Amino acid sequence: MINLSKNTGPFIILAILLVFCLIANLSLGSVSVPLKFVFRSLFGGTIENESWQYIIQDYRLPKAITAIIVGSGLGISGLLMQTLFRNPLAGPFVLGISSGASLGVALVIMGATFFGATFAALLVSKWSLIIASSLGSFIVLLVVITVSSKVRDTMAILIIGLMFASITAALVSVLSYFASAEQLQQYIFWGFGSLGNLSWSEVLILFLIYIFGLFLSIVSIKALNTLLLGENYAKSLGLNLKQSRMIIIIATSLLAGTITAFAGPIAFIGLAIPHIARQIFSTSNHKILLPAIFLIGAMVMLICDSIAQIPMSDYTLPINAITSLFGAPIVIWLLVRKRKMIF
Amino acid sequence: MVEIKPNIVLKTIDLKIGYQNKSGTILIGEQIDLEFYEGELIGLVGANGIGKSTLLRTLTKVQPKLDGKIVINETNLEDFDLNALAMALSVVLTESIASKNLSAYEVIALGRQPYTNWFGNLNSEDLEKIDEAISRTQIDGFINKKCFELSDGQLQKVMIARALAQDTDLIILDEPTTHLDMYHKAQILTLLRTLSKETGKTILFSSHEIDLAIQLCDKMIIMTKEQSLLDTPEGHIAQGHFSRLFPKDLIVFDPETKAFRVNK
Repeated sequence: MINLSKNTGPFIILAILLVFCLIANLSLGSVSVPLKFVFRSLFGGTIENESWQYIIQDYRLPKAITAIIVGSGLGISGLLMQTLFRNPLAGPFVLGISSGASLGVALVIMGATFFGATFAALLVSKWSLIIASSLGSFIVLLVVITVSSKVRDTMAILIIGLMFASITAALVSVLSYFASAEQLQQYIFWGFGSLGNLSWSEVLILFLIYIFGLFLSIVSIKALNTLLLGENYAKSLGLNLKQSRMIIIIATSLLAGTITAFAGPIAFIGLAIPHIARQIFSTSNHKILLPAIFLIGAMVMLICDSIAQIPMSDYTLPINAITSLFGAPIVIWLLVRKRKMIF
Repeated sequence: MVEIKPNIVLKTIDLKIGYQNKSGTILIGEQIDLEFYEGELIGLVGANGIGKSTLLRTLTKVQPKLDGKIVINETNLEDFDLNALAMALSVVLTESIASKNLSAYEVIALGRQPYTNWFGNLNSEDLEKIDEAISRTQIDGFINKKCFELSDGQLQKVMIARALAQDTDLIILDEPTTHLDMYHKAQILTLLRTLSKETGKTILFSSHEIDLAIQLCDKMIIMTKEQSLLDTPEGHIAQGHFSRLFPKDLIVFDPETKAFRVNK
């Protein structure tokens, strides 16, 4: 049963914090824009300082929206994975989904040498990156799910995920060996993760796919809750296991795959955010977890991005480094404090 | 609830069970003719590895039968779609639930999944059925606790309440008393008996607690390699069926005490 009164408080606090983080994120950066002008720019007013207006509207706002999509999308895909694999350590990274996406992207960026130059020009566009990355994560997920239906041991599934990561890394290093310096650099920069390279039209594409993945996740809420009992119980409750599993996998690979394509492989968000949500709301009910992860994931990503920008300096740290520095200790803390990770 | 002519809830005709794999067919049991009536408590006993789980898995459509017929509420088992079967048949499995982070109430509420809408919202009828299941199994005391906080006995009661909330004519439990001490074994089986009498539901369970089953069941299925016999416990004793269960070198069935004793 959803106890509304019990959960309203935390939800309101989280929503307020999210708005606060969003405004702070827009205001902070190499150039600090006063809050007054941030608001004015957001609500369509004109600012005397044109460069501020440009920074807010064409750089920081799309970046902030990307951060919200990335944080909430990866968090939700992590939640779906943890429930589907009945494993608290599951996440886009651990299961090799990000590796699949990386391999897809590596093939597109660096495989050009193998495909020939004319074809290469066609290949390296944002769209081909998105398709390759989503396809890569989808294929890896399909393989993992096939193997996991044969191997009942959830530990084995995680190890298989790690093996996929190794295979991918090996293939990528082979590709790197033959790649030109320019291609290599392009791939390495993609691997750092980045939220700020997206134009408005690209943000729109990301947003549309994200909304579709989100829609599939919401449709799956009942199935996900049933799966908390285990697959056999879920089946005995009338759940169409094959169909639900497929929808959940598609939702995950759309969310994780597209986000990885646009923003690079971003570690730990998918794994850590669902656990934070479970701690705060003390529940495994997906009706509560889904909106909670949306708020927390978006917020954490905005904070990580603000840190990565290093306010008042011209440096920008790789976002992937920040999320790992933030996420890994949280996972360790959860293990030490709770002794057992629950899902 | 007393009825002059009780309904047949489950019927099998010349049922053949087993596995089919690449190298051929492994036959576990054949000529299984069962007939369960409304409100009956039926115990399934047999030696380890004899195929009790295979029979239960076949009856619950988890694995296909080899031959014969299984009829639930006058409908062939293969004609049920998933959701319709979930409204006719609920199960309590030996495996524990995947997420122990669920509260007892949430687990029981999930029993209403076959009836809820796409979002899984509970209506007033669902809430009523859940409350009824909770009061019948007497678990009000720990209903808001998380499953990882519950003892094995409490958890088993929650799983039974969940099956009750699913509101099916037939409930099938696979070894509901394993991991429990003697007192709680008796408690669970007595609860099953009370539930079958009070609700008119047919309850089938497999168990190694032959002594308790003889005392509590309306009927028992004795499963051996050769055949599966359905009769009342008294009928089985009179015909000496219990002594066929195990090799006679170690334990023998004593019809006087209605229990097995060690052959000294």
